[in-house]
Amino acid sequence: MRDRLIFAGQLGFTLLVAAFLVVPVVLSISAGVTVNYFRGIQSGVTLQWVEQVWGLYKGEIGLSFLIAFATLAATLVVGVPSAYALHVRGGRLSRLIEEIITLPLAIPGLAIALALLLTYGGFGGFRQSWLFIVTGHVIFTMPFMVRSVMAVFASLDIKTLDEGAASLGASPWTRFRDVIVPNAMPGILAGSLMVITLSLGEFNLTWMLHTPLTKTLPVGLADSYASMRLEVASAYTLIFFIMIVPLLVAMQMFADKGEKK
Amino acid sequence: MSPMSHRTFISICLLPLVVVTAAFFVLPMAQLLAVGAGGERGVAAYLAILTEPRYRATLINTVMLAAATTIATLVISTVAGLFLQRHRFVGRNVLIAMLTFPLAFPGVVVGFLIILLAGRQGLIGAITAAATGEKIVFAYSIFGLFLGYLYFSIPRVILTVMAAVQKLDMGLEEAARSLGASPWGVQRDVVLPALGPAFVASGAIAFATAMGAFGTAFTLATNIDVLPMLIYTEFTLAANFSISAALSIGLGVIAWAILALARSLSGGTVAAAG
Repeated sequence: MRDRLIFAGQLGFTLLVAAFLVVPVVLSISAGVTVNYFRGIQSGVTLQWVEQVWGLYKGEIGLSFLIAFATLAATLVVGVPSAYALHVRGGRLSRLIEEIITLPLAIPGLAIALALLLTYGGFGGFRQSWLFIVTGHVIFTMPFMVRSVMAVFASLDIKTLDEGAASLGASPWTRFRDVIVPNAMPGILAGSLMVITLSLGEFNLTWMLHTPLTKTLPVGLADSYASMRLEVASAYTLIFFIMIVPLLVAMQMFADKGEKK
Repeated sequence: MSPMSHRTFISICLLPLVVVTAAFFVLPMAQLLAVGAGGERGVAAYLAILTEPRYRATLINTVMLAAATTIATLVISTVAGLFLQRHRFVGRNVLIAMLTFPLAFPGVVVGFLIILLAGRQGLIGAITAAATGEKIVFAYSIFGLFLGYLYFSIPRVILTVMAAVQKLDMGLEEAARSLGASPWGVQRDVVLPALGPAFVASGAIAFATAMGAFGTAFTLATNIDVLPMLIYTEFTLAANFSISAALSIGLGVIAWAILALARSLSGGTVAAAG
């Protein structure tokens, strides 16, 4: 009897926590498709707000994808070879480099953005371009890519594979391309999903780095929260959910697969 | 044989990362440090966060908020995480999915969700207005921010707690029980201590995030008195570059120190989230 009561109490509490997390999302989704949120859902269901958001903010949404994929390209080109190098090299210097590139996870984005602004704000062309935002995103997401790839290297004996290929006469570059990268693929994919998801939602840095001509999706969100009617802000949030949830699900599936191994 | 030695190849692999990090992180941070010391206060700007009453009050406010967020998140997530990991029932997976899917919501979105919950047109306002005639609205205050950080941190901490509970040795609990310990005694003396490292690690993340996050506060109200908002207004509105640089260095050092401390205590890798 007492066990049943404890169980019911814990279940009730957990449901309450879940409600706290889910109810606002449901409110947001319903507000985004309601004719008049103040009068409630009985005022009718509509896609006019979603259409209006698309009309107003498709530039922001498009730019966010451009920035996310540019960030991904940079973290792949820079991050994957360096993860390999850091793993193979080992030693003090590698540890230090790893520590430094991981710092952006601890230091608030606002501080990094100020640092970038104070250093490169004077370079007008660079400051005005979307590449300035990419720079911030690359610094912020790089540790996720590097660590994700390094985690794979740590779980398999990459040195033996590498030496085996070397003994067959393969050049370092051939080995990297044909042995290292294919073996690192799970880490590369998991890292890529992470980079894209983080870049699409990044606000702390981006708000400081953006210009009126380089607004991203989350910058537009903040904009709509401040100046648009609740239905429009909700419809915009709805569009963001539709974009981000598949990425989250994919990431979760990866995590589950990784755990089973 | 290839003309390039393995060593050279490794160095070439590492070079782009070193260049990118030096140019776009190390150099800017050094510049930030220099600007912080380059104002009319000089190096003393770094002490202003402690000596200037207005900044100190904001710092205390921010630390209290972060501490409250951390404690509340740990308590809530431990109760829910223990329950979910220890029982199997219909709908469990759905419940876990509901508790973890907000993981990647940016702070701005979380701020908006809090407005929908407790803002002027919010659910709590509507319910309290109908029930008592008085509309309760608290989204645009520090309590709204607290709720936002709670929303942000619960999914992460629940995942960490669940993973830690899974690794616990059930034998220890059974042994304690067979020795006559009460259910609460088992929790207090066996389970909770064993979860210590998970608490330290995930608590530090919640704390550092609540210290440094900017999006939620920005969405809720620009006049909430926390450190990131202070830095933002000093930089953009007052154009007070040296003070905002010094304050953000201070904020960065605090967040980094908390995470580094947690890492050395728990032995794992710990990172803040934005």
